[in-house]
Amino acid sequence: MAKAENTIEVKNLTKKFKKFTAVDSISFNVEKGEIFGFLGPNGAGKSTTIRMLTTLLTPTSGTATVEGYDIKKDQNEVRRHIGLVAEKIILYNHLSAMENLEFFGKLNHLSKDVIRERSEGWIKRLGMEDWKDAQASTYSTGMKQRINIVRALLTEPDILFLDEPTLGLDPQTTFMIRTFIQELNEKGITIILTTHDMIEAEALSDRVAIIDHGEIQAIDTVENLKKKVKDKKNPTLEDVFLQVTGLDIRDKKEKSKGQAGPPWRGGGQNRVR
Amino acid sequence: MKHVLSDLWQITKKDLLEFARDRIRLITFIIMPIFMMVLTGFIFPSQTSVKNVPIGVVNENGQTGGQLIQIIKNLEVTKGSKVFETKTYGSLDAIKDGIKKQEINGGIYIPAEFSKDISTNKQAQVTIVEDQSNPQISGIATQTLTNIVQGFGKEIGKQKVGILVAKTGARGPDAGALVTPITSKLEGILPGSTNYFEFVAPGIMAMVVMTAVLTGLAASVSREREQGTLDGILISPISRLAIILGKAMSQSIRGLAQGAIVLLLAIFLFGVTINGSILLVALLLLLGIFSFVGLGILVSASAAEQETATQLLFMFQFPMLFLSGAFFPIQQMPKAMQDIAHLLPLTYAIEALRKVIILGAGVSSVTGELIILTVFGAVTLAIAVPLFRKMITR
Repeated sequence: MAKAENTIEVKNLTKKFKKFTAVDSISFNVEKGEIFGFLGPNGAGKSTTIRMLTTLLTPTSGTATVEGYDIKKDQNEVRRHIGLVAEKIILYNHLSAMENLEFFGKLNHLSKDVIRERSEGWIKRLGMEDWKDAQASTYSTGMKQRINIVRALLTEPDILFLDEPTLGLDPQTTFMIRTFIQELNEKGITIILTTHDMIEAEALSDRVAIIDHGEIQAIDTVENLKKKVKDKKNPTLEDVFLQVTGLDIRDKKEKSKGQAGPPWRGGGQNRVR
Repeated sequence: MKHVLSDLWQITKKDLLEFARDRIRLITFIIMPIFMMVLTGFIFPSQTSVKNVPIGVVNENGQTGGQLIQIIKNLEVTKGSKVFETKTYGSLDAIKDGIKKQEINGGIYIPAEFSKDISTNKQAQVTIVEDQSNPQISGIATQTLTNIVQGFGKEIGKQKVGILVAKTGARGPDAGALVTPITSKLEGILPGSTNYFEFVAPGIMAMVVMTAVLTGLAASVSREREQGTLDGILISPISRLAIILGKAMSQSIRGLAQGAIVLLLAIFLFGVTINGSILLVALLLLLGIFSFVGLGILVSASAAEQETATQLLFMFQFPMLFLSGAFFPIQQMPKAMQDIAHLLPLTYAIEALRKVIILGAGVSSVTGELIILTVFGAVTLAIAVPLFRKMITR
């Protein structure tokens, strides 16, 4: 299968949960090697889209290809090319970092030596070498997230999905992870980044898509999007975001409509790790 | 496909390691079967476990009545421990009052004309009072009292018949044989007597093992789903079959370990003897587990949250507890309930285990059960696995 210039191509992708349409016929492309900011208010459809692109959810309709592979038909091929840092940290508390990494590495059919070699390099880079044999239950959220990122990198993916990777972390860890994301991108990994932190999105993203009510409302480079903001000098990405998505609080609006949405979407800020 | 087995094993190994590190889960895992065994073993009454049952006695008669009461007082369950603890009351009504106050669990009233009736060859009567609030103990108590009264009556009958026979001058007829022309002799298949615990032990074993697998599987999938770790597994390029079978395997290993605990306790603590082959017991447990895996997968795929899974399972387990014949013989149930019982795989597992453990049955005697369990497992699994594939990415 030929590799596309676009690493991800999404066409009319739709996901419905009973009557609730979480993602409504969206289409967009992600270019190879870019950092693609995927922004939107709570419940806008970000995580649902990412879950479809990572084969964790079956789309109701529409298509998408990842590295040229269809997310419905060639699921295992898609899985071989991606890494995922999801909203919830994927680590077993009763296992150590190394045991966790070995387990997930083996599931990806990597040999013990390869797992060890790759893990140790990244663990060192992220300053976790003293902790690698301690049980994950003894880690802070920031430590868990660092190992979680190493886990996502084990297969040396071409595309890395990061769903709010710095949420709830201290400024030091946040800085470390942001720098690391840039390093990975420089090595050629395409990054899909979901975040509510507009400063982070502006600092990292080559291009940004803003999704709301399950639809893409705007997609362009940060600079171009800023030019469209009316009545404001030197607008920030936050100004863009608020102009595009409005000032309504989404959780309240959704609740009054009785739309609960899928279970994993428990409003970002309140989530407990 | 060549990876399915090794992928499956990775998941099994990880699940077991995680489980072994979780102290609370580990402790409950070991304690639960012990609790079940000890509680049922000691609480449920069996003939030999009934002792010192308080009963009220009223003797308005005198000497003959006194003899009868003496027999009641002296009756022993085992050497040194008496069946009844008697309390003397003034009247029949006083006994009834005593039962109402729950001072006693039954009573016997011997009227004043008791010995006069006997000596004048009229049918004498004593009254046995039962405690209807406590059918289990009361059943044993009234049965025992009735037996004593009848035995006492037969002795008197024998004496009287003996006198009559002597008067006719006939030789040969034995007074005892005239009073009781027929007696029965009890013979079991195996030497020694069985107790209620031997009846219950196979049931508990099957139930502990199978509920462990059923709840364990559903809880394990829904826990990983809630924690988010399931995504890490699902995003790996491995067969969904390997995922669910890996989980089922780790639960089965745990279930068998619990079964072994139950078996060892039954043997060493409660003196249950395994009359059949231990390998056949293991095979039956394995097939029992197999018959439940499909159901477990269905529940785990359909319930997004642990709590939902637990409630769904409770719906299955609660009726199964009573209908499968683990504690009460199915034959005692009404026809409709018996029909339902025969739809449950647990019923067959328990029946077969009982045959093997108590009666020493071989493979040929449990072929039917073996086939039913296998078919049940194969059918539910064939339905559950494709559904799991679909539902997990719904």
